Amino acid sequence: MGDPMRIRAAESNGTVDVKILMKHDMESGQRKDASGKLIPAWFISTVSVKAQGKEVFAANFGSAISKDPFLNFKYKGSKGDKLVVSWVDTKGDKRSDEATVS
Amino acid sequence: AQAEEWNKAAFEGKSLDEVFKALGAGTPDKSGAVVINAPDIAENGAVVPVGITTNLKANQFAILVEKNPSPLAAEFFIPSGTEPFVTTRIKMAQTSNVYALVKADGKWMMAVKEIKVTLGGCGG
Amino acid sequence: MSLHSEWASAQAKAHSFYDLPRFGNVHLLHFTDCHAQLLPVYFREPNVNIGVGPQAGKIPHLVGDYFLKANRIASGTRDAHAFTYLDFTAAAHQYGQMGGFAHLSSLIKQLKVSRPGALLLDGGDTWQGSATALWTQGQDMVDAALTLGVDVMTAHWEMTLGEKRVMEIVQKDFQNKISFVAQNITTTDFGDEVFAPYVIREMNGVPIGIIGQAFPYTPVANPRYFTPNWTFGIQEQNLQKTIDQVRQKGAKAVVLLSHNGMDVDLKLASRVRGLDAILGGHTHDGVPVPVKVKNAGGITLVTNAGSNGKFLGVLDFDVKGNKVVDFRYKLLPVFSNLIAPDPQMSQHITQIRKPYEGRLSEKLAVTDDLLYRRGNFNGSFDQVILDGLMAQKNAEIAFSPGFRWGTSLLPGQAITMEHLMDQTAITYPYTTVSNMTGENIKTILEDVADNLFNPDPYYQQGGDMVRVGGLQYTIDPNATVGKRISEMRLNGSLIDADKSYRVAGWAPVSEETRSSNSEPIWDLMSRHLKEAKLIKPKKLNEPIIKGVANNPGIAPIS
Ligand SMILES: [Mn+2]
Ligand SMILES: [Mn+2]
Repeated sequence: MGDPMRIRAAESNGTVDVKILMKHDMESGQRKDASGKLIPAWFISTVSVKAQGKEVFAANFGSAISKDPFLNFKYKGSKGDKLVVSWVDTKGDKRSDEATVS
Repeated sequence: AQAEEWNKAAFEGKSLDEVFKALGAGTPDKSGAVVINAPDIAENGAVVPVGITTNLKANQFAILVEKNPSPLAAEFFIPSGTEPFVTTRIKMAQTSNVYALVKADGKWMMAVKEIKVTLGGCGG
Repeated sequence: MSLHSEWASAQAKAHSFYDLPRFGNVHLLHFTDCHAQLLPVYFREPNVNIGVGPQAGKIPHLVGDYFLKANRIASGTRDAHAFTYLDFTAAAHQYGQMGGFAHLSSLIKQLKVSRPGALLLDGGDTWQGSATALWTQGQDMVDAALTLGVDVMTAHWEMTLGEKRVMEIVQKDFQNKISFVAQNITTTDFGDEVFAPYVIREMNGVPIGIIGQAFPYTPVANPRYFTPNWTFGIQEQNLQKTIDQVRQKGAKAVVLLSHNGMDVDLKLASRVRGLDAILGGHTHDGVPVPVKVKNAGGITLVTNAGSNGKFLGVLDFDVKGNKVVDFRYKLLPVFSNLIAPDPQMSQHITQIRKPYEGRLSEKLAVTDDLLYRRGNFNGSFDQVILDGLMAQKNAEIAFSPGFRWGTSLLPGQAITMEHLMDQTAITYPYTTVSNMTGENIKTILEDVADNLFNPDPYYQQGGDMVRVGGLQYTIDPNATVGKRISEMRLNGSLIDADKSYRVAGWAPVSEETRSSNSEPIWDLMSRHLKEAKLIKPKKLNEPIIKGVANNPGIAPIS
């Protein structure tokens, strides 16, 4: 399930600026733990953002996206739009959060 | 464009050429229409902001880090009505060229920028 | 803006040295990088300040006689002493100490009489560099800046007091008094502004915009853990947006109060439109004549106002209609024996120092040598620190950071605890000793060399080369990264890439070293100095420098 995302979405002149901070360790598979053992890769692999039910942005991530992934994009939309951000990670864990455009 | 399947061959490619091939990008031409927004020196190699913008009618972006073990960091899908613009944050193990790829009208184009990762210290 | 105006560098007599006729209707007074030096000091300018690539032989990469010639300053004069290392000891005896906030304060008051409404700008590196600044967490300098009448400031080393302390000062002490500006600092989460990016002030009926530019690489040059929630960078695009916004709001003159360093400012000035001047700091260059940089919007003046309280920059603009039509600039050296100290500031300084006088005046040793730090490679005070580190840590190699601050001592002076703190007063003073392979050592030297000698200023950090004890090496500043360092030797033998060496150091930037809480450098060095008692002149462990035969950024010590 993971922790909730932080989402900011604000409309200006017909454009909605969306900023998303997901909560995820994004283990690259390159790091070692204290005992020197490789920590296996475990990261968010796909993200989808829907506004009023229609997909307005999607991303596929590799292992090099930073811990607590950040996304900023802009779409043509309106105040009051309902946004749904969903991610799936490499273990199949999922999370969705909602926000309303201000 | 709807989100595509996670491109295993592209994300697990070990060289730029392998990734280009898996993306079906050929060898993308460098284009002044592709703008990469990134710092010259990374403040923190674990969190390097990288953005792509273009005035082309783009529907797909990708970010590649030449010297990362797996160069492809992310792919983005831009439906019509969404601006050809994205910013994210990536991990870099060492100083490397970073590639911003843009697909417009079925053709991939790119911009390249070197981002320096330094040990730090000292100062005036 | 016209291209002809500058003050003649005429050699003034003592009584008229600071007579500067008013020009125009907008007046900016600028000091930077005082590094918390409240009292007058000796500070020797460098004899090695090499410029590479397009910066080779250009301002500010000129030293000694090359500097004097380019700036039309006669040798043997007051100005020659203020701006160069030439004949330092004799000239220091002749002209006395420089700077000091009480003297600076009198000079500012005098200039404000002839320049009504003049604004005082502080370029940063103000709250760090002395024992009292460290022991009061910058409070002595905060109070001194308020007494001095600073109007606007930006920052670098201030950040090493940590986010919380910086915010406390900005929001409480500075509230409605000093504008703390930085367009290039935002939060690491959503990229929100942390400080005001600019301030607009009206002077003699003319609105002036002052935009702040904090040191872009603070989390790289200093420990990132002090500012975990803030991000910096040059932020050129945001700067352009900010300039346009400030112009739109009616500012008729716009300046950038910058802590980028001179080379970065010169490049930045060529790329952004709408700045009348960049009042710069960080690289500690005393630049008497502003560099006029052409760009798409016209011309931007670029200055740098030295360090350690030695100089006060005076920029006069003549604003007619909607724009700056002419200017005058003078970088005034602050000679303490030419200016009566301001009683109010003197009293403040005395009061601050009172509880610490005993500790500050503790005599650790006497020096027979001229001790200084500033320069691309080892200075004589660095050499003392390196020798101390190697001896006290029983190490064969030592590293000491290439800081550009740290005052100078003349032969015969006692080295007090205060002097030692002038070289070492930082919030991450931990000493370290570790086993490093020859390959690691090369990587470190190459990395620091690239921060200093990368031909693209945006890849430079504005410090000097790490000071090295024990190890000899050859450096080619003009080579590319990874290829500058060669011939690394220890006691005559080539360093083995795979072999491990015992290396001492201090001022580590990593989080792990912080938690080790090892002995601070000043404890190690006060012990070492007390044991040594007398510091004799010694050969500096400088590298062999290739490809600089005709470079006016390097001169032999005379
Ligand atoms: Mn400084
Ligand atoms: Mn600085």
